[in-house]
Amino acid sequence: MSASNENGSRSGQRAGVFDVRQVIAALFVLYGLVCTLMGLFGTSSREIDQAAGVNINLWSGIGMLIFAGSFILWGWLRPIVVPTDSESESS
Amino acid sequence: MHVLAQEQLRLDAGPVDYLLLALYFAFVLGIGLLARRSVSSSLDFFLSGRSLPAWVTGLAFIAANLGAVEIIGMSANGAQYGMPTMHYFWVGAIPAMLFLGVVMMPFYYGSKVRSVPEFMLRRFGKAAHLVNAISFAVAQLLIAGVNLFLLASIVNVLLGWPLWVSVIIAALIVLSYTGLGGLSAAIYNEVLQFFVIVAALLPLTIVGMIKVGGWSGLVDKVSTQYGANELSAWPGNELTGFGSNFLSVLGIVFGLGFVLAFGYWTTNFVEVQRAMASKSMSAAQRTPIIGAFPKMLIPFLVIIPGMIAGASVQEMMVFKQTGEGNVEYNDALLLLMRDLLPNGILGIALAGLLASFMAGMAANLSSFNTVFTYDIWQAYVIRNRPDSYYLNMGRWVTVGSTVIAIGTAFIASGYSNLMDYLQQLFSLFNAPLFATFILGMFWKRMTPAAGWSGLVLGTAASLSVFLMAETGVLDLLGQGASFVGAGAAFVVDILVSVVVSLATRPKPAAELVGLVYGLTPKEERTASTTGEDSGWYRRPGLLAGIVLVIVIILNIVFG
Repeated sequence: MSASNENGSRSGQRAGVFDVRQVIAALFVLYGLVCTLMGLFGTSSREIDQAAGVNINLWSGIGMLIFAGSFILWGWLRPIVVPTDSESESS
Repeated sequence: MHVLAQEQLRLDAGPVDYLLLALYFAFVLGIGLLARRSVSSSLDFFLSGRSLPAWVTGLAFIAANLGAVEIIGMSANGAQYGMPTMHYFWVGAIPAMLFLGVVMMPFYYGSKVRSVPEFMLRRFGKAAHLVNAISFAVAQLLIAGVNLFLLASIVNVLLGWPLWVSVIIAALIVLSYTGLGGLSAAIYNEVLQFFVIVAALLPLTIVGMIKVGGWSGLVDKVSTQYGANELSAWPGNELTGFGSNFLSVLGIVFGLGFVLAFGYWTTNFVEVQRAMASKSMSAAQRTPIIGAFPKMLIPFLVIIPGMIAGASVQEMMVFKQTGEGNVEYNDALLLLMRDLLPNGILGIALAGLLASFMAGMAANLSSFNTVFTYDIWQAYVIRNRPDSYYLNMGRWVTVGSTVIAIGTAFIASGYSNLMDYLQQLFSLFNAPLFATFILGMFWKRMTPAAGWSGLVLGTAASLSVFLMAETGVLDLLGQGASFVGAGAAFVVDILVSVVVSLATRPKPAAELVGLVYGLTPKEERTASTTGEDSGWYRRPGLLAGIVLVIVIILNIVFG
């Protein structure tokens, strides 16, 4: 997102406060864990039959964990940079 | 409502599902609280301080539109009409979104207006401004009501609460985060919602496809039960209600693809506001173009499940073949969820549906309060107060509009096919707007008087088509009436604007710099290509070209 070239001049500092990517990742870590656990322990064979023989809880849980991981990685590789001298725009 | 409340639709939600749903609401409110910290002026509240990156505004751009109408309405259309519904995405959205990004955004973002009606004010003066601001505000309240109604019906199905309790609780949740964090809270939540919606619909589509035996299984089922018409997007006679193939294609391309879509995507402040909140001209231009990528693929998660429901869910098949039963097309997605999803993923599917409805309603509210506060209150009622007054005002407007949306939720319950209802609203308000905008942006001679008279008479034209279709004077089934109404509004608006312009005095050219194509220097309407806007993958024109190629391929493959 905010493409601060890592090799370029560091014109700001990492914003530790609010990065929506981390919020999204956090929700999906929780969702992924719950679904994976449900898929492993909480899905009856009747439910699997109902879902065309697919253990959809397990597969979507794994998928969500991978997605969350990629967002964490993205936020870690390209952190939000807040300009230190923020020009204030008056309307 | 009465339909959705029935026992056969009651989903078998367990404790895990409620846990997942509760987690989602905790995050939504958390984002509202976090976003509140960054709100210190009215510009922060109404336009996120113009500071957001393009991928955030791009996803919000799409999620704001991915409301109830899109999810429930489009899957209903998928169950009823099949593949021709794809036109709402590939013809009815993509070209207009690209046009907004490439051609129109430089004027919106470059002129630093805070809303679409404010652009009208600067280009055409007060009369056009008032007409636009008021018609937009009214439409938003009505549409917020539709979204709220659908949200409440889902809560009603899930928990079995009375409709009015669901309506009020749903409204309170949306109110609390939009009221706290303003547009930032709405936009960040829209991005979160986008991913939750995908997480809900993707597993449903995959399981559904496996259930019907893959793509070939779906093709077999649909063509043996309902005929092959539903499997190709063109010419879409069922959808338009026109008997002739030629008229049907013309109706889709001109009525839906050109007038309705361009009117909706390029002048609707709900959408444009998301782009205006981005941090640079380049990011603003990229907002709708980035949004176009997911927009191309959403039909596979919405229309295909609708078609699967139409071809495999028992009640739906009976209803479609005989027109009898206790279900209706709007129930397609819910029935499929009930049949296929186990506890766990079911909770995520429910969170996704609620997310979608809240996204739609929050978008309506956040754009409504900007227009009401800046364009009606600050411009005409109470002027020249300090900024904090308008910030505070915006919060109260959010409260007031939520209360009104609760009222309009009950108007919406009178229509069985919500898409018809909304298409009618859009064609009433948006089709003439696009004509006025496009003429005003490219023809400097167009006068203020032409601005408002074109709008008023154009709206009147689509209103009369709507009334003629309702009373049976015009015999049009399907969505054809909206397409014709939109076309009529466009033509009338252009004619009136040209005639009136030639008879009245234009604004002096100096006042139109930044607003009209021929009078704006090239550098002012060109995005920078340095710093955070560098790189080929950040060039709006190139990105738009890529989208266009993909959408043409999709039309050929599924045509």
